[in-house]
Amino acid sequence: MTARRWALPALVILVGILFVLSIAVGRVTLTWDVWAAQDTVSRTILIELRLPRAILGVLVGASLGLAGAAMQGYLRNALAEPGTLGIAAISALGAVLSIFFNIAGLHPWVLPICGVLGGVGGMMILFVLSGRTASVLTLVLSGIILSALAIAGISLALSLSPSPWAAGEIVRWMLGGLTDRSFDELTIAAPLIIIGCAAVLGCRRSLDALTLGEAGARSLGIDLNRAQLQLAIGIGLIVGGSTAVTGVIGFVGLIVPHLMRPLVGSRPGALLIPSAIGGAALVLAGDIVVRLLPGGSELELGVVMSLIGAPFFFVLLHSMRRKLT
Amino acid sequence: MTPASSTLTIRDLQFRRGNRVVLDAIDLQLQSGSITAVLGPNGAGKSTLLSCIASLLAPAQGAIELDGVSLHSIPAAQRARRIAFLPQTPEIAWSVDVETLVSLGRIPFHGLASDAQDREAITRAMERTQVSQWSQRVVTTLSGGERARVLLARVLAGESDWILADEPFTGLDPSHQFEAAELLRSVANQGGGVVLTIHDLTLAARIADRVVILNQGRVVADGSPRDALTPAVLRNVYEIEAQWLNDPTGVTPPTIAIHGRTPAA
Repeated sequence: MTARRWALPALVILVGILFVLSIAVGRVTLTWDVWAAQDTVSRTILIELRLPRAILGVLVGASLGLAGAAMQGYLRNALAEPGTLGIAAISALGAVLSIFFNIAGLHPWVLPICGVLGGVGGMMILFVLSGRTASVLTLVLSGIILSALAIAGISLALSLSPSPWAAGEIVRWMLGGLTDRSFDELTIAAPLIIIGCAAVLGCRRSLDALTLGEAGARSLGIDLNRAQLQLAIGIGLIVGGSTAVTGVIGFVGLIVPHLMRPLVGSRPGALLIPSAIGGAALVLAGDIVVRLLPGGSELELGVVMSLIGAPFFFVLLHSMRRKLT
Repeated sequence: MTPASSTLTIRDLQFRRGNRVVLDAIDLQLQSGSITAVLGPNGAGKSTLLSCIASLLAPAQGAIELDGVSLHSIPAAQRARRIAFLPQTPEIAWSVDVETLVSLGRIPFHGLASDAQDREAITRAMERTQVSQWSQRVVTTLSGGERARVLLARVLAGESDWILADEPFTGLDPSHQFEAAELLRSVANQGGGVVLTIHDLTLAARIADRVVILNQGRVVADGSPRDALTPAVLRNVYEIEAQWLNDPTGVTPPTIAIHGRTPAA
């Protein structure tokens, strides 16, 4: 219990430190006096580049951590996560199709909405495929189906791409990152993500009750159909909103709940907020690492997360293999 | 436990799985303040009946009423505050500690009970089941008997009028079976209604006030253990030859001795 008390404040402080670092660190190092300085270059870097990037990092990281913890709680499976199960890819497909059909330019909201529709649709398909009591096998197979569908769709869009610009945009999404994002992107993503987070947080008692299985939860008066719909929409909004702006950033929702459980316990509802804070810390840290890596051009954040996440997934699967067979 | 008496009325209940009729023409009136044991061979429909009463399954026809009000019309959370259900093979998905698991029993009271009231109910349930000493232990590290007590504590934490327990004694050694039975008896003595399914005839005879025997989805006997568990009924339902044995010294309560399977005609 003692460990639990300090865990949350410590995580908040960590996010605070990483946020400041995220603003300060990069090709140009900003110091405290940038706020007062008349140096327009530094101020431009701060306002136009670093600040939106750091805020977006917090927002996207927190929501993906939250979405991962919620999916694991709902499916009662520690391997569930929007990225690994193809939800992010389906969401990206939605966004890509909006470019492909040349409707993304009609309004700044078209592309994110298409991403959200993809995310919600992906969640619905996942729930239909895996059912409510997802075994590892059905879950992984559902993820394979969704990912395959998304990859096929995106590949098709790439192959038949109407212009080189569209092809370039599609590739940029697939890599995923926070580079060169402005407040414009933030104002589009933030409402979607915040509403999504609120919907997911509203399910925390259902997630707690599901600790006792489906029959246990229903006998506690939980309406699982409603919880399922609310989660599908909430996670769809989170994944769609973040994918539309940052592209596919996988594994955050997989890694963070696992790191949080030893700190705050395994109750799914109580894991949501710490996973959100942990997710913000992980994405901010990943994004700082991206900027500090040597080399001419920046590695995209999505690539770094996959480089960290895939071995983590491997270790997790290896440790769970007895349960799986 | 609310002291006021409560009645569960089951009227002409039928439940189907596809074309198969699992329960048919079930008419029962259950009173709180007593233990009702539902018996019957495998596949007789015992668990299905409990699941219907817990509103986990929707019957094809008939009605279940709680104090004259159709269960169907009672909002789910309100229903859950009055009827608690302990499934046959309770799932525990995460490695939560004992106190957290017991606290899940308070979920239906969200927004209605204060934190202090929740805490008191959880403490009471843990004390009654004597699991307080493990409050910080992870449930998955407990033995089967210990875990059964914790799950019972979870159900008691809801302080419902009714407890439906699907084979609550399975997997418990005789000592823990008696312990669990005594707990359920104390619930009934305090005015709660207990409906449980059970396979052990002697244990059923010993703890139940009323025995309902199902066979092929229908009630074939209903009454006190002595009236319901007759040799003729046991022969018909289980195809066993059995009889009641009385201890002449009166030390041991009557038991049901099974001689063997009924020879094929």
